[in-house]
Amino acid sequence: MSELKLNSLYQQLILEHYRSPKNRGKLDDATVSIRMRNPTCGDDITLQLRVDDDEMIEDVRFYGEGCSISQASASIMTTLLMERSLDDAMQIAARFTALMHGDEHAAKDRSLRDLRALQGVSKFPVRIKCALLGFDALQEAVRKTRGEPALEA
Amino acid sequence: MTMLETAAGATPLDVERLRRDFPVLDQEVNGRPLVYLDNAATSQKPVQVIEAIEAYYRSDNANVHRGIHELSRRATELYEGARKTVARYLGGVDPEEVVWTRGTTEAINLVASSWGGANLKEGDEILLSVMEHHSNLVPWQLVAERTGARLRYLELNDDGTLRLDDLDELIGERTRIVALTQVSNSLGTINPISEIARRVHDAGALLLVDGAQGAAHHGVDLTSLGADFYAFSGHKMCGPTGVGALWGRRELLESMPPWQGGGEMISLVERDHSTYAPIPHKFEAGTPNIAGAVGLAAAVEYLEKIGPAAILAHEQDLTGYAMERLQTLPAIRVFGPEDPSMRAGVVSFVLGDAHPHDISTILDSEGVAIRAGHHCTQLVMKHYGVSATARASFYLYNTRDEVDRLMDGLATVHSIFA
Repeated sequence: MSELKLNSLYQQLILEHYRSPKNRGKLDDATVSIRMRNPTCGDDITLQLRVDDDEMIEDVRFYGEGCSISQASASIMTTLLMERSLDDAMQIAARFTALMHGDEHAAKDRSLRDLRALQGVSKFPVRIKCALLGFDALQEAVRKTRGEPALEA
Repeated sequence: MTMLETAAGATPLDVERLRRDFPVLDQEVNGRPLVYLDNAATSQKPVQVIEAIEAYYRSDNANVHRGIHELSRRATELYEGARKTVARYLGGVDPEEVVWTRGTTEAINLVASSWGGANLKEGDEILLSVMEHHSNLVPWQLVAERTGARLRYLELNDDGTLRLDDLDELIGERTRIVALTQVSNSLGTINPISEIARRVHDAGALLLVDGAQGAAHHGVDLTSLGADFYAFSGHKMCGPTGVGALWGRRELLESMPPWQGGGEMISLVERDHSTYAPIPHKFEAGTPNIAGAVGLAAAVEYLEKIGPAAILAHEQDLTGYAMERLQTLPAIRVFGPEDPSMRAGVVSFVLGDAHPHDISTILDSEGVAIRAGHHCTQLVMKHYGVSATARASFYLYNTRDEVDRLMDGLATVHSIFA
């Protein structure tokens, strides 16, 4: 049982994104940059977006360090954000958060694409915050872009 | 040093028998027998401690020092008796020099706030080391900010020992207090406190020793250690959480202002001022953790029966074995002194690309509990250029078989991440 659970956590796709993350690096012309840290475990992600006047995400990068789950989750997330609106981004973040909290409908949601590989994390309660770190940064970035007050982490 | 010599010649522990005292160890986690290797975070509790706390609540519970009735007398006797037991464990110090606290953190905060607030001024220096736990850093940062005192740091050698060659340069006439750990919680290093104490005192400064790991994993004799203050927690040495103590030299404690005000700590209260109780009660405002003190005394009696030297020798045997086996793994990096006799039962490591949290999750899936993270020592992590390490820490009930289980788990880590 625990071996199965472990295999569902460390899927090949996750390990690939951990080893060779997509969109890793810095944006020179970012319109918003958010750093999120998880003080209990040291995961650290900075997410940068370039958002145009119509709230479309033109480019995205992230950097930082942390466990395979936090880094792979952020990497996969960035692949879904290119050329999407901030509304879409918030929608993805909400669906993914539901997936992490065990929502079965979210698990079947095709719009989450590769993020569904992270479904196994929901069986490891202490690791859910690792998977959500990049999405916390994303939601904060959207709020900041829209001039809304930041949520206290 | 004498402690180490004794440790080498100590009688081996009857671990199988001792394990039966710890009910929590007898369980399966994720389908495998639990291997608990997170003892530097907190130790498990023997039935002797659990039963002492239960017996106190079942038959003796009352508030201390104020009732005239029988239960209050008994509770006070148990509470003050526990203080005597702890004083004996610390090397036979005066029980009036033992102040109950919630643990090491509160004990250090008490000194930083009370002694520091009354004695530190602008230009004074506080010497710490980068090896310190955050609980022996942040209280000093707070008092430095308040008083204008300056923080200085003793650096680390790459082998996990302190750069003692720098001591003479770092301790000067502006140095008022030096605060160092006896045993590093992230590297396992045992610091030569007595030697350091001589040099601190030659410069006219005081020495506070963080004994959170030391009291549990090394044993302590405050009559020869050379400390002026010593802080420790009960929960790392088989006692309950939420209780620990500060030991301080009488004249220091007597000269220090009270820290918190309330009941217990006063002698006479008038409208605009009060007079305070003598030490140690001056520092014990409010109803204390009576059951915690009773539990800690039971833990001390348990450890005394086994003998701190034998416990350290057992931990060092496991540490040596673990280090030897870890070195056989490809891409392993073990932190801290190479010589197991220079460390307590703590082994920190990183393994290839596998992040310590992933290591911990994989080990947990096989029933092996370790700690992953910065271990509240971010300055140590910075020194080594890592954000986190995996840490296995041993205690009197761990076995070589359990080290083998750790190694089996690390083989799984390797198979996933290699």
